[in-house]
Amino acid sequence: MKILTNKWISNVLLWIMVIAVWQIGAVIYGPDVIPGPLATLKSAGELIADGSLLHYIGISFYRVFVGWVLGSSIAIPLGLLIGRVTIVRIFAEPFLNFIRFIPPIAFITLFLVWFGIGEQSKIALILYATLFIVIMNTLTGVLAVEEDKIRAARSLGASEWQILVHVVIPATVPYMFTGVRLAMGTSYMAIIGAEMIAANEGLGYLIWNSRLFFRTDWIFVGLISLGLIGFFTDRLVGLLGRRVLYRYGIVSSEPIRR
Amino acid sequence: MSLAIQSPEKTITIANLNKSYDQAVKGELHYILKDVNITIKGGEFFVLLGPSGCGKSTLLNMIAGFVSKTEGQLKVGKHEVHKPGQDRAVVFQQADASLFPWLNVRENVEFGLKMKKVSKAKRQEISSHYIELVGLNGHEKKFPRELSGGMKQRVQLARVLSNDSSILLMDEPFGALDAMTRRTMQKELSHIWRKTGKTVIFVTHDIQEAVLLGQRIGIMSRGPNSKVTDIYDVPFQYPRDPGQQDFIKLEKTIQAHFDHEYTI
Repeated sequence: MKILTNKWISNVLLWIMVIAVWQIGAVIYGPDVIPGPLATLKSAGELIADGSLLHYIGISFYRVFVGWVLGSSIAIPLGLLIGRVTIVRIFAEPFLNFIRFIPPIAFITLFLVWFGIGEQSKIALILYATLFIVIMNTLTGVLAVEEDKIRAARSLGASEWQILVHVVIPATVPYMFTGVRLAMGTSYMAIIGAEMIAANEGLGYLIWNSRLFFRTDWIFVGLISLGLIGFFTDRLVGLLGRRVLYRYGIVSSEPIRR
Repeated sequence: MSLAIQSPEKTITIANLNKSYDQAVKGELHYILKDVNITIKGGEFFVLLGPSGCGKSTLLNMIAGFVSKTEGQLKVGKHEVHKPGQDRAVVFQQADASLFPWLNVRENVEFGLKMKKVSKAKRQEISSHYIELVGLNGHEKKFPRELSGGMKQRVQLARVLSNDSSILLMDEPFGALDAMTRRTMQKELSHIWRKTGKTVIFVTHDIQEAVLLGQRIGIMSRGPNSKVTDIYDVPFQYPRDPGQQDFIKLEKTIQAHFDHEYTI
């Protein structure tokens, strides 16, 4: 059994099993209900050939990326502020704990009314999806900074501003990182919902629109593309974290640490 | 750079000092510290010795300016203590909680200098000096997580020495170390103190450590309402030998003091 603990071998085995189960399902239920791996690959080839798949992936990724970057860059300073200033926290926390339970998808109609049917409403949605996760994580990080670190800095002569910049922010980096990484996941969920309801481009549109033509194979292509870009962006973020933020204690690019 | 030069010696005056964490009406306060009186001379090595929970850390935190007093007088030099100051440096018990894990050894040691915007060349000169003094040369580029417990406490020591505070407040700094490392650290601290002439207030619950290091030992009674009940002079020459007859005798006297207090 020891050979199975090898990462490469276990990964290859896993995917062989997934594809086998998929193929069996396709054989049992027929290609209209479950298109098999080969049929899906063929459809993917067609969608790549006419340019639509890469375009849809690009547009979905662009929406997620812009909303995520904007959301994170608003959320991190806000999280720091709420964490550091008690009076702000007293007012902000009940509101945060109320609004963070409202899923982004629930806002789609309102965002369409407020921001129009163009890109703004989708980016605003991703921004919303990112905002509260990153705020909550940053806030948690700020509150988790050991009192001794702040005391040490203060008795070494640091001003309040220097304590924020040289102690609180670096100590909170791992929490911010976890926040933006989780937010990436919810952003993909939100964008697919938004594209299903109000878009004529993107992976969500592809998945939703395929039902009109009963092209379950296209739906499969959309789902797999989503899984793949999600996986690779998360890996990229993880790798970047490990390379750039090593000194802040981010040591693994794996989503789950063993 | 000469080590003998130091900031002007400041006497720490503590008179009728009380501390309570309660917000209750006066007269009904529950005191942690009640009526603490000590005067610590500049350059002295003073040990606060007492059982766990007696409030010795609270007293140290009050001198540091982290915790405010309830009543009484607490002065460093001529000034009442209100907040932390660079004349008082703190070596914390938990190095992991107080060192900055995202900075390497040298950057940790230079932290206070950087906050004061000391030039890079000057920072390097000062930090190198103290890194060598605490025996960490060769480890400058390492991060705290790569160091042993004893080495982390050396980093803390070098960090406060670099900042040139005249008073070192040490809260059971060797409490979490193994016996052998602790002995080495005690010897080196004693050596560094004699070399730099700092005022040291050292909190511990270890009688042997107290007798090994201190010029005077303030005995704190068990809380609540704890205070410094007795002060023992330790007249022995440094470096001290814990095997010596007089040493053991004083240790036993202090032990008997605690035994007596707890049987009541």
